[in-house]
Amino acid sequence: MSRLTRDQLIALARREINEIAPQELASQVDAGRYAIIDIRERDEFVQGHIPGAHFIPRGFLELQIEQHAPDRETPLVIYCAGGVRSALAARNLQEMGYSNVHSLISGFNGWKNAGYPFTVPAVLSEEQRIRYSRHTLLNEIGEAGQIKLLESKVLLIGAGGLGSPAAMYLAAAGVGTLGIVDFDTVDLSNLQRQLLHGNSDVGRPKVDSAIDRLHAINPDVEVIGYREPITSRNAREIIRDYDVVLNGSDNFPTRYLVNDACRLLGKPLVDASIFMFEGQVTVYQPPIPEQGIAGGPCYRCLYPDPPPPGEVPSCAEAGVLGVLPGIVGSLQAIEAIKLLAGFGEPLVGRLLMIDTLDMSFRTLNVARDPHCPVCGVTPTVTELIDYEQFCGLPASNGHVHEPVNGHVNGRVSVEA
Amino acid sequence: MATVYVPTPIRRLTGGQAKVDVAGANVADLIQAVDAAYPGVAERLLDDDGNLKRFINVFVNDDEIRTLDGLATPVGEKDKISIVPAMAGGSSNRTENRRE
Repeated sequence: MSRLTRDQLIALARREINEIAPQELASQVDAGRYAIIDIRERDEFVQGHIPGAHFIPRGFLELQIEQHAPDRETPLVIYCAGGVRSALAARNLQEMGYSNVHSLISGFNGWKNAGYPFTVPAVLSEEQRIRYSRHTLLNEIGEAGQIKLLESKVLLIGAGGLGSPAAMYLAAAGVGTLGIVDFDTVDLSNLQRQLLHGNSDVGRPKVDSAIDRLHAINPDVEVIGYREPITSRNAREIIRDYDVVLNGSDNFPTRYLVNDACRLLGKPLVDASIFMFEGQVTVYQPPIPEQGIAGGPCYRCLYPDPPPPGEVPSCAEAGVLGVLPGIVGSLQAIEAIKLLAGFGEPLVGRLLMIDTLDMSFRTLNVARDPHCPVCGVTPTVTELIDYEQFCGLPASNGHVHEPVNGHVNGRVSVEA
Repeated sequence: MATVYVPTPIRRLTGGQAKVDVAGANVADLIQAVDAAYPGVAERLLDDDGNLKRFINVFVNDDEIRTLDGLATPVGEKDKISIVPAMAGGSSNRTENRRE
Protein backbone atom coordinates (compact mmCIF):
# COMPACT_ATOMS: atom_id res chain seq x y z
CA MET A 1 0.00 0.00 0.00
CA SER A 2 1.40 3.37 -1.02
CA ARG A 3 2.08 5.99 1.59
CA LEU A 4 0.93 9.50 0.85
CA THR A 5 1.72 12.71 2.67
CA ARG A 6 -1.11 15.06 3.44
CA ASP A 7 -0.19 17.28 0.46
CA GLN A 8 0.07 14.31 -1.88
CA LEU A 9 -3.35 13.08 -0.82
CA ILE A 10 -4.89 16.49 -1.42
CA ALA A 11 -3.21 16.75 -4.80
CA LEU A 12 -4.47 13.28 -5.70
CA ALA A 13 -8.00 14.19 -4.73
CA ARG A 14 -7.91 17.36 -6.78
CA ARG A 15 -6.79 15.44 -9.85
CA GLU A 16 -9.60 12.95 -9.53
CA ILE A 17 -12.51 15.29 -8.90
CA ASN A 18 -14.16 18.26 -10.53
CA GLU A 19 -13.84 21.68 -9.00
CA ILE A 20 -16.09 24.66 -9.53
CA ALA A 21 -15.19 28.34 -9.20
CA PRO A 22 -17.27 30.65 -7.03
CA GLN A 23 -18.25 32.75 -10.08
CA GLU A 24 -19.63 29.74 -11.87
CA LEU A 25 -21.57 28.53 -8.84
CA ALA A 26 -22.92 32.04 -8.25
CA SER A 27 -24.33 32.15 -11.77
CA GLN A 28 -26.14 28.85 -11.13
CA VAL A 29 -27.39 29.34 -7.57
CA ASP A 30 -30.68 30.95 -8.52
CA ALA A 31 -31.42 28.36 -11.16
CA GLY A 32 -31.11 25.71 -8.45
CA ARG A 33 -29.03 23.55 -10.77
CA TYR A 34 -26.86 22.19 -7.96
CA ALA A 35 -27.68 20.73 -4.61
CA ILE A 36 -25.18 22.58 -2.40
CA ILE A 37 -23.84 20.90 0.71
CA ASP A 38 -21.90 22.65 3.44
CA ILE A 39 -19.60 20.09 5.07
CA ARG A 40 -17.99 22.37 7.65
CA GLU A 41 -18.46 22.01 11.39
CA ARG A 42 -21.58 23.37 12.99
CA ASP A 43 -19.86 26.37 14.55
CA GLU A 44 -18.59 27.39 11.11
CA PHE A 45 -21.96 26.87 9.41
CA VAL A 46 -23.85 29.04 11.89
CA GLN A 47 -21.51 31.99 11.20
CA GLY A 48 -22.86 32.09 7.67
CA HIS A 49 -23.37 29.81 4.68
CA ILE A 50 -24.20 29.91 0.96
CA PRO A 51 -27.96 30.49 0.54
CA GLY A 52 -29.83 27.24 0.13
CA ALA A 53 -26.91 25.10 1.25
CA HIS A 54 -27.70 21.98 3.19
CA PHE A 55 -25.64 21.33 6.30
CA ILE A 56 -24.03 17.89 6.63
CA PRO A 57 -20.81 18.02 8.64
CA ARG A 58 -17.84 16.22 7.06
CA GLY A 59 -17.91 13.46 9.64
CA PHE A 60 -21.46 12.47 8.64
CA LEU A 61 -21.30 13.17 4.92
CA GLU A 62 -20.96 9.63 3.62
CA LEU A 63 -23.45 8.39 6.19
CA GLN A 64 -26.19 10.89 5.40
CA ILE A 65 -25.70 11.87 1.76
CA GLU A 66 -28.08 9.22 0.44
CA GLN A 67 -30.96 10.70 2.44
CA HIS A 68 -30.42 14.07 0.79
CA ALA A 69 -29.38 12.94 -2.67
CA PRO A 70 -30.78 9.49 -3.31
CA ASP A 71 -30.10 9.90 -7.04
CA ARG A 72 -26.42 9.31 -7.80
CA GLU A 73 -26.67 11.60 -10.87
CA THR A 74 -27.68 14.64 -8.79
CA PRO A 75 -25.39 17.57 -9.58
CA LEU A 76 -23.73 18.31 -6.23
CA VAL A 77 -21.49 21.11 -5.03
CA ILE A 78 -19.83 20.55 -1.71
CA TYR A 79 -17.84 23.18 0.08
CA CYS A 80 -15.81 23.70 3.21
CA ALA A 81 -13.94 26.80 4.41
CA GLY A 82 -11.07 26.77 1.90
CA GLY A 83 -11.63 23.95 -0.59
CA VAL A 84 -9.41 21.23 0.92
CA ARG A 85 -11.80 19.22 3.06
CA SER A 86 -14.37 19.38 0.28
CA ALA A 87 -11.86 18.02 -2.26
CA LEU A 88 -11.23 14.99 -0.06
CA ALA A 89 -14.94 14.57 0.60
CA ALA A 90 -15.82 14.82 -3.10
CA ARG A 91 -13.44 11.99 -3.86
CA ASN A 92 -15.24 9.78 -1.35
CA LEU A 93 -18.64 10.64 -2.82
CA GLN A 94 -17.34 9.72 -6.26
CA GLU A 95 -16.31 6.41 -4.81
CA MET A 96 -19.91 5.97 -3.64
CA GLY A 97 -21.03 6.43 -7.23
CA TYR A 98 -21.96 10.11 -7.27
CA SER A 99 -20.99 11.02 -10.79
CA ASN A 100 -21.56 14.76 -10.79
CA VAL A 101 -19.79 16.08 -7.71
CA HIS A 102 -17.95 19.38 -7.58
CA SER A 103 -15.79 20.85 -4.87
CA LEU A 104 -15.99 24.62 -4.51
CA ILE A 105 -12.60 26.19 -5.17
CA SER A 106 -11.46 28.26 -2.17
CA GLY A 107 -14.60 27.26 -0.27
CA PHE A 108 -16.89 29.53 1.70
CA ASN A 109 -14.07 32.01 2.35
CA GLY A 110 -13.52 32.47 -1.37
CA TRP A 111 -17.25 32.82 -1.93
CA LYS A 112 -17.61 35.41 0.79
CA ASN A 113 -14.48 37.36 -0.25
CA ALA A 114 -15.76 37.53 -3.82
CA GLY A 115 -18.76 39.42 -2.44
CA TYR A 116 -21.42 36.79 -3.10
CA PRO A 117 -24.42 36.68 -0.76
CA PHE A 118 -24.52 34.43 2.27
CA THR A 119 -27.06 33.62 4.94
CA VAL A 120 -26.52 33.69 8.66
CA PRO A 121 -28.94 31.06 9.94
CA ALA A 122 -31.04 31.28 13.05
CA VAL A 123 -29.85 28.39 15.17
CA LEU A 124 -30.93 26.68 18.32
CA SER A 125 -28.97 27.34 21.47
CA GLU A 126 -27.36 24.39 23.23
CA GLU A 127 -30.24 24.22 25.68
CA GLN A 128 -32.82 24.42 22.90
CA ARG A 129 -31.11 21.63 20.99
CA ILE A 130 -31.66 19.38 23.98
CA ARG A 131 -35.14 20.67 24.84
CA TYR A 132 -36.45 20.19 21.31
CA SER A 133 -34.34 17.17 20.36
CA ARG A 134 -37.39 14.90 19.97
CA HIS A 135 -38.78 17.37 17.46
CA THR A 136 -35.58 17.94 15.53
CA LEU A 137 -35.17 14.18 15.13
CA LEU A 138 -38.36 14.16 13.06
CA ASN A 139 -37.59 14.81 9.41
CA GLU A 140 -40.90 16.67 9.12
CA ILE A 141 -39.73 19.25 11.67
CA GLY A 142 -35.94 19.17 11.97
CA GLU A 143 -33.95 22.12 13.20
CA ALA A 144 -35.42 24.40 10.52
CA GLY A 145 -38.98 23.52 11.52
CA GLN A 146 -38.20 24.05 15.18
CA ILE A 147 -36.77 27.47 14.41
CA LYS A 148 -39.97 28.26 12.50
CA LEU A 149 -42.00 27.31 15.58
CA LEU A 150 -39.81 29.51 17.78
CA GLU A 151 -40.42 32.41 15.41
CA SER A 152 -44.19 31.75 15.25
CA LYS A 153 -47.07 33.42 17.01
CA VAL A 154 -50.32 31.69 17.94
CA LEU A 155 -53.37 33.39 19.40
CA LEU A 156 -55.67 31.38 21.65
CA ILE A 157 -59.24 32.57 22.09
CA GLY A 158 -60.01 31.41 25.61
CA ALA A 159 -57.83 29.95 28.37
CA GLY A 160 -60.39 27.33 29.35
CA GLY A 161 -61.04 23.70 28.49
CA LEU A 162 -59.73 23.76 24.92
CA GLY A 163 -57.23 26.55 25.42
CA SER A 164 -55.55 24.80 28.38
CA PRO A 165 -54.10 21.73 26.65
CA ALA A 166 -53.55 23.64 23.41
CA ALA A 167 -51.55 26.39 25.12
CA MET A 168 -49.57 23.95 27.27
CA TYR A 169 -48.54 21.78 24.32
CA LEU A 170 -47.78 24.77 22.11
CA ALA A 171 -45.62 26.25 24.87
CA ALA A 172 -43.83 22.94 25.36
CA ALA A 173 -43.36 22.69 21.59
CA GLY A 174 -41.57 26.02 21.60
CA VAL A 175 -44.04 28.19 19.71
CA GLY A 176 -42.29 31.49 20.37
CA THR A 177 -45.24 33.72 21.17
CA LEU A 178 -48.60 32.73 22.60
CA GLY A 179 -51.37 35.29 22.90
CA ILE A 180 -54.27 34.44 25.19
CA VAL A 181 -57.56 36.32 25.15
CA ASP A 182 -59.67 35.75 28.23
CA PHE A 183 -61.26 38.26 30.56
CA ASP A 184 -62.54 35.73 33.05
CA THR A 185 -61.28 34.66 36.47
CA VAL A 186 -60.67 31.09 37.60
CA ASP A 187 -63.69 29.39 39.15
CA LEU A 188 -63.62 26.20 41.22
CA SER A 189 -65.86 24.49 38.64
CA ASN A 190 -63.21 25.13 35.92
CA LEU A 191 -60.62 22.89 37.55
CA GLN A 192 -62.32 19.64 36.45
CA ARG A 193 -60.92 20.25 32.95
CA GLN A 194 -58.95 23.51 32.64
CA LEU A 195 -55.42 22.35 33.43
CA LEU A 196 -53.83 25.75 33.01
CA HIS A 197 -55.26 26.66 36.39
CA GLY A 198 -54.77 25.09 39.78
CA ASN A 199 -56.48 25.17 43.12
CA SER A 200 -54.50 28.15 44.31
CA ASP A 201 -55.54 30.14 41.22
CA VAL A 202 -59.24 30.28 42.06
CA GLY A 203 -60.29 33.90 41.84
CA ARG A 204 -57.24 34.96 39.84
CA PRO A 205 -57.53 36.27 36.28
CA LYS A 206 -57.16 33.32 33.92
CA VAL A 207 -54.56 35.09 31.82
CA ASP A 208 -52.38 35.46 34.93
CA SER A 209 -52.49 31.81 35.94
CA ALA A 210 -52.03 30.85 32.28
CA ILE A 211 -48.88 32.95 31.99
CA ASP A 212 -47.44 31.41 35.18
CA ARG A 213 -48.20 27.87 34.08
CA LEU A 214 -46.84 28.30 30.56
CA HIS A 215 -43.63 29.94 31.76
CA ALA A 216 -43.15 27.08 34.19
CA ILE A 217 -43.36 24.66 31.25
CA ASN A 218 -41.08 26.64 28.94
CA PRO A 219 -39.43 29.95 29.77
CA ASP A 220 -38.51 30.36 26.06
CA VAL A 221 -42.08 31.28 25.26
CA GLU A 222 -43.39 34.80 25.40
CA VAL A 223 -46.97 34.82 26.64
CA ILE A 224 -49.14 37.85 26.04
CA GLY A 225 -52.38 38.04 28.00
CA TYR A 226 -55.36 40.04 26.79
CA ARG A 227 -57.63 40.39 29.77
CA GLU A 228 -60.50 41.78 27.79
CA PRO A 229 -63.39 40.46 25.73
CA ILE A 230 -62.66 40.11 22.02
CA THR A 231 -65.03 42.43 20.20
CA SER A 232 -65.66 43.83 16.75
CA ARG A 233 -63.62 46.84 17.83
CA ASN A 234 -60.43 45.09 18.96
CA ALA A 235 -60.47 41.76 17.05
CA ARG A 236 -58.52 42.92 13.99
CA GLU A 237 -55.97 44.72 16.12
CA ILE A 238 -55.34 41.67 18.30
CA ILE A 239 -55.41 38.99 15.57
CA ARG A 240 -53.30 40.93 13.06
CA ASP A 241 -49.97 40.10 14.75
CA TYR A 242 -50.46 36.33 14.84
CA ASP A 243 -49.77 33.53 12.35
CA VAL A 244 -52.48 31.10 13.46
CA VAL A 245 -55.57 31.49 15.66
CA LEU A 246 -57.00 28.72 17.86
CA ASN A 247 -60.63 29.08 18.74
CA GLY A 248 -61.71 27.70 22.08
CA SER A 249 -64.58 30.04 22.71
CA ASP A 250 -67.84 28.95 24.22
CA ASN A 251 -70.44 30.98 22.41
CA PHE A 252 -71.74 31.67 18.93
CA PRO A 253 -71.16 35.44 18.70
CA THR A 254 -67.44 34.94 19.39
CA ARG A 255 -67.24 32.06 16.90
CA TYR A 256 -68.69 34.18 14.09
CA LEU A 257 -66.59 37.18 15.10
CA VAL A 258 -63.31 35.24 15.16
CA ASN A 259 -64.17 33.48 11.89
CA ASP A 260 -64.93 36.73 10.10
CA ALA A 261 -61.88 38.54 11.48
CA CYS A 262 -59.57 35.66 10.52
CA ARG A 263 -61.04 35.49 7.00
CA LEU A 264 -60.75 39.23 6.47
CA LEU A 265 -57.12 39.16 7.71
CA GLY A 266 -56.23 35.94 5.84
CA LYS A 267 -55.32 34.03 9.03
CA PRO A 268 -55.78 30.28 9.39
CA LEU A 269 -58.21 29.39 12.18
CA VAL A 270 -58.03 26.07 14.02
CA ASP A 271 -61.56 25.69 15.27
CA ALA A 272 -63.00 23.22 17.73
CA SER A 273 -66.03 22.80 19.90
CA ILE A 274 -67.12 20.26 22.46
CA PHE A 275 -70.39 19.12 23.97
CA MET A 276 -70.83 16.46 26.65
CA PHE A 277 -68.85 13.55 25.12
CA GLU A 278 -68.55 14.86 21.58
CA GLY A 279 -66.10 17.12 19.79
CA GLN A 280 -65.61 18.74 16.40
CA VAL A 281 -62.30 19.96 14.97
CA THR A 282 -61.52 21.60 11.65
CA VAL A 283 -59.20 24.18 10.09
CA TYR A 284 -60.61 27.20 8.32
CA GLN A 285 -57.81 28.17 5.92
CA PRO A 286 -58.32 31.29 3.81
CA PRO A 287 -56.95 31.02 0.26
CA ILE A 288 -53.53 32.63 -0.19
CA PRO A 289 -52.86 32.29 -3.95
CA GLU A 290 -49.39 33.87 -3.84
CA GLN A 291 -48.29 31.07 -1.49
CA GLY A 292 -50.08 28.41 -3.49
CA ILE A 293 -52.62 27.85 -0.69
CA ALA A 294 -56.02 27.00 -2.16
CA GLY A 295 -57.79 27.32 1.18
CA GLY A 296 -61.09 25.81 2.23
CA PRO A 297 -64.44 26.66 3.75
CA CYS A 298 -64.99 28.99 6.69
CA TYR A 299 -67.30 28.68 9.70
CA ARG A 300 -70.08 30.46 7.82
CA CYS A 301 -69.84 28.02 4.90
CA LEU A 302 -70.74 25.27 7.36
CA TYR A 303 -73.13 27.19 9.54
CA PRO A 304 -74.56 30.18 7.64
CA ASP A 305 -76.80 31.17 10.56
CA PRO A 306 -76.46 30.60 14.29
CA PRO A 307 -79.10 28.66 16.16
CA PRO A 308 -81.65 30.82 17.95
CA PRO A 309 -80.61 31.56 21.55
CA GLY A 310 -81.49 28.67 23.83
CA GLU A 311 -81.96 26.09 21.06
CA VAL A 312 -78.54 24.55 21.59
CA PRO A 313 -77.80 23.75 25.22
CA SER A 314 -74.41 24.79 26.61
CA CYS A 315 -71.88 22.69 28.45
CA ALA A 316 -72.91 24.62 31.54
CA GLU A 317 -76.38 23.16 31.19
CA ALA A 318 -75.54 19.74 29.79
CA GLY A 319 -72.10 19.10 31.27
CA VAL A 320 -68.89 18.00 29.63
CA LEU A 321 -66.51 15.15 30.30
CA GLY A 322 -63.39 16.82 31.70
CA VAL A 323 -60.94 14.82 29.58
CA LEU A 324 -62.76 15.65 26.33
CA PRO A 325 -61.33 19.17 25.91
CA GLY A 326 -57.94 17.61 26.69
CA ILE A 327 -58.19 15.50 23.54
CA VAL A 328 -59.80 18.11 21.35
CA GLY A 329 -57.55 20.99 22.43
CA SER A 330 -54.50 18.78 21.89
CA LEU A 331 -55.69 18.04 18.35
CA GLN A 332 -55.95 21.79 17.79
CA ALA A 333 -52.34 22.16 18.94
CA ILE A 334 -51.24 19.49 16.45
CA GLU A 335 -53.03 21.24 13.61
CA ALA A 336 -51.45 24.59 14.58
CA ILE A 337 -47.96 23.05 14.63
CA LYS A 338 -48.54 21.42 11.23
CA LEU A 339 -49.62 24.76 9.77
CA LEU A 340 -46.67 26.62 11.30
CA ALA A 341 -43.94 24.13 10.43
CA GLY A 342 -45.55 23.24 7.10
CA PHE A 343 -45.88 19.48 7.18
CA GLY A 344 -48.66 16.93 6.93
CA GLU A 345 -52.19 17.55 5.76
CA PRO A 346 -54.14 20.00 7.86
CA LEU A 347 -57.86 19.47 8.47
CA VAL A 348 -58.78 21.96 5.74
CA GLY A 349 -62.12 21.11 4.14
CA ARG A 350 -62.51 18.22 6.57
CA LEU A 351 -64.46 18.11 9.80
CA LEU A 352 -63.25 15.66 12.41
CA MET A 353 -66.13 14.35 14.51
CA ILE A 354 -65.19 12.67 17.76
CA ASP A 355 -67.64 10.70 19.85
CA THR A 356 -65.93 9.46 22.97
CA LEU A 357 -68.91 7.34 24.03
CA ASP A 358 -68.25 4.77 21.31
CA MET A 359 -64.76 6.24 20.71
CA SER A 360 -65.35 6.86 17.03
CA PHE A 361 -63.35 9.36 15.01
CA ARG A 362 -64.92 10.22 11.67
CA THR A 363 -63.73 12.73 9.08
CA LEU A 364 -66.40 14.37 6.94
CA ASN A 365 -65.76 16.49 3.85
CA VAL A 366 -66.89 20.09 4.00
CA ALA A 367 -66.92 22.39 1.01
CA ARG A 368 -66.78 26.12 0.45
CA ASP A 369 -70.17 27.72 -0.08
CA PRO A 370 -70.16 29.96 -3.17
CA HIS A 371 -72.95 31.94 -1.48
CA CYS A 372 -70.98 32.42 1.75
CA PRO A 373 -71.41 36.03 2.92
CA VAL A 374 -67.73 36.22 3.95
CA CYS A 375 -65.73 34.03 1.56
CA GLY A 376 -68.20 33.40 -1.26
CA VAL A 377 -68.19 34.76 -4.79
CA THR A 378 -69.88 38.04 -3.85
CA PRO A 379 -69.23 38.64 -0.16
CA THR A 380 -71.69 40.86 1.70
CA VAL A 381 -69.81 40.89 5.00
CA THR A 382 -66.65 42.90 4.34
CA GLU A 383 -66.14 44.30 7.82
CA LEU A 384 -66.90 43.13 11.33
CA ILE A 385 -70.53 43.45 12.38
CA ASP A 386 -72.48 43.32 15.63
CA TYR A 387 -72.32 39.62 16.43
CA GLU A 388 -74.62 39.73 19.43
CA GLN A 389 -77.35 41.07 17.19
CA PHE A 390 -76.48 38.56 14.46
CA CYS A 391 -76.96 35.76 16.98
CA GLY A 392 -80.32 37.08 18.10
CA LEU A 393 -79.05 38.55 21.33
CA PRO A 394 -79.61 42.17 22.38
CA ALA A 395 -77.39 44.33 20.18
CA SER A 396 -74.15 45.70 21.46
CA ASN A 397 -74.40 49.47 21.17
CA GLY A 398 -70.76 50.12 21.78
CA HIS A 399 -71.21 51.07 25.42
CA VAL A 400 -69.74 49.05 28.20
CA HIS A 401 -72.64 47.95 30.32
CA GLU A 402 -72.63 47.34 34.00
CA PRO A 403 -71.91 43.74 34.84
CA VAL A 404 -75.10 41.77 35.26
CA ASN A 405 -74.97 38.72 37.50
CA GLY A 406 -71.23 39.14 37.57
CA HIS A 407 -70.99 39.01 33.78
CA VAL A 408 -70.37 41.80 31.36
CA ASN A 409 -73.50 42.42 29.36
CA GLY A 410 -73.64 43.59 25.78
CA ARG A 411 -70.22 42.25 24.89
CA VAL A 412 -68.94 39.10 23.37
CA SER A 413 -67.45 36.93 26.04
CA VAL A 414 -64.71 34.40 25.76
CA GLU A 415 -64.22 31.35 27.82
CA ALA A 416 -63.74 27.77 26.95
CA MET B 1 -81.62 0.06 6.28
CA ALA B 2 -79.42 3.13 6.42
CA THR B 3 -77.78 4.20 9.67
CA VAL B 4 -78.44 7.67 10.98
CA TYR B 5 -75.86 9.02 13.46
CA VAL B 6 -77.64 11.14 16.01
CA PRO B 7 -75.63 14.02 17.57
CA THR B 8 -75.51 14.34 21.34
CA PRO B 9 -77.89 17.33 21.63
CA ILE B 10 -80.67 15.34 19.92
CA ARG B 11 -80.10 12.05 21.70
CA ARG B 12 -82.50 12.90 24.46
CA LEU B 13 -85.20 12.54 21.80
CA THR B 14 -83.91 9.12 20.72
CA GLY B 15 -83.75 7.69 24.19
CA GLY B 16 -80.00 8.19 24.26
CA GLN B 17 -79.42 6.21 21.06
CA ALA B 18 -76.42 7.39 19.04
CA LYS B 19 -77.35 5.39 15.93
CA VAL B 20 -80.76 4.72 14.49
CA ASP B 21 -81.37 2.32 11.60
CA VAL B 22 -84.22 3.41 9.37
CA ALA B 23 -85.43 2.80 5.81
CA GLY B 24 -86.03 5.46 3.19
CA ALA B 25 -85.23 6.42 -0.38
CA ASN B 26 -83.61 9.76 0.36
CA VAL B 27 -82.44 11.97 3.23
CA ALA B 28 -85.85 13.61 3.69
CA ASP B 29 -87.49 10.19 4.00
CA LEU B 30 -84.96 9.11 6.59
CA ILE B 31 -85.55 12.19 8.72
CA GLN B 32 -89.30 11.51 8.65
CA ALA B 33 -88.68 7.85 9.49
CA VAL B 34 -86.55 8.81 12.50
CA ASP B 35 -89.21 11.32 13.51
CA ALA B 36 -91.91 8.65 13.29
CA ALA B 37 -89.92 6.51 15.73
CA TYR B 38 -88.79 9.39 17.89
CA PRO B 39 -91.18 12.32 17.58
CA GLY B 40 -89.60 15.78 17.68
CA VAL B 41 -86.47 14.98 15.72
CA ALA B 42 -87.71 16.52 12.45
CA GLU B 43 -88.62 19.73 14.22
CA ARG B 44 -85.05 20.02 15.50
CA LEU B 45 -83.61 19.62 12.02
CA LEU B 46 -86.06 21.30 9.64
CA ASP B 47 -87.49 24.80 9.49
CA ASP B 48 -91.18 25.64 8.89
CA ASP B 49 -90.69 25.32 5.13
CA GLY B 50 -89.22 21.85 5.47
CA ASN B 51 -85.68 23.00 4.65
CA LEU B 52 -82.70 21.97 6.69
CA LYS B 53 -81.95 24.55 9.39
CA ARG B 54 -78.92 26.65 8.53
CA PHE B 55 -76.94 25.65 11.61
CA ILE B 56 -77.29 21.93 10.90
CA ASN B 57 -75.37 19.91 8.33
CA VAL B 58 -76.25 16.47 7.10
CA PHE B 59 -73.73 14.15 5.50
CA VAL B 60 -74.34 11.03 3.45
CA ASN B 61 -71.27 8.96 4.19
CA ASP B 62 -68.41 11.47 4.00
CA ASP B 63 -70.09 14.20 1.97
CA GLU B 64 -72.37 17.04 2.92
CA ILE B 65 -75.75 16.92 1.19
CA ARG B 66 -75.40 20.55 0.05
CA THR B 67 -72.73 19.24 -2.35
CA LEU B 68 -75.07 16.41 -3.38
CA ASP B 69 -78.83 16.78 -3.93
CA GLY B 70 -79.79 18.29 -0.60
CA LEU B 71 -82.64 16.54 1.21
CA ALA B 72 -83.43 14.71 -2.04
CA THR B 73 -80.03 12.99 -1.96
CA PRO B 74 -80.74 9.28 -2.47
CA VAL B 75 -79.58 6.88 0.20
CA GLY B 76 -78.82 3.21 -0.04
CA GLU B 77 -79.07 0.33 2.38
CA LYS B 78 -75.56 0.62 3.71
CA ASP B 79 -75.20 4.40 3.75
CA LYS B 80 -74.29 6.28 6.89
CA ILE B 81 -76.03 9.57 7.53
CA SER B 82 -74.47 12.02 9.97
CA ILE B 83 -76.29 14.94 11.49
CA VAL B 84 -73.85 17.65 12.56
CA PRO B 85 -75.24 20.66 14.41
CA ALA B 86 -73.27 23.80 15.27
CA MET B 87 -71.82 23.49 18.76
CA ALA B 88 -70.44 26.47 20.63
CA GLY B 89 -68.55 24.93 23.59
CA GLY B 90 -65.72 25.52 24.86
CA SER B 91 -66.48 24.31 28.25
CA SER B 92 -67.96 27.33 29.86
CA ASN B 93 -69.80 27.26 33.09
CA ARG B 94 -71.87 30.23 32.22
CA THR B 95 -72.45 31.04 28.58
CA GLU B 96 -76.17 30.69 28.43
CA ASN B 97 -76.87 32.46 31.65
CA ARG B 98 -74.75 35.50 30.97
CA ARG B 99 -77.77 37.39 29.74
CA GLU B 100 -80.07 36.57 32.58
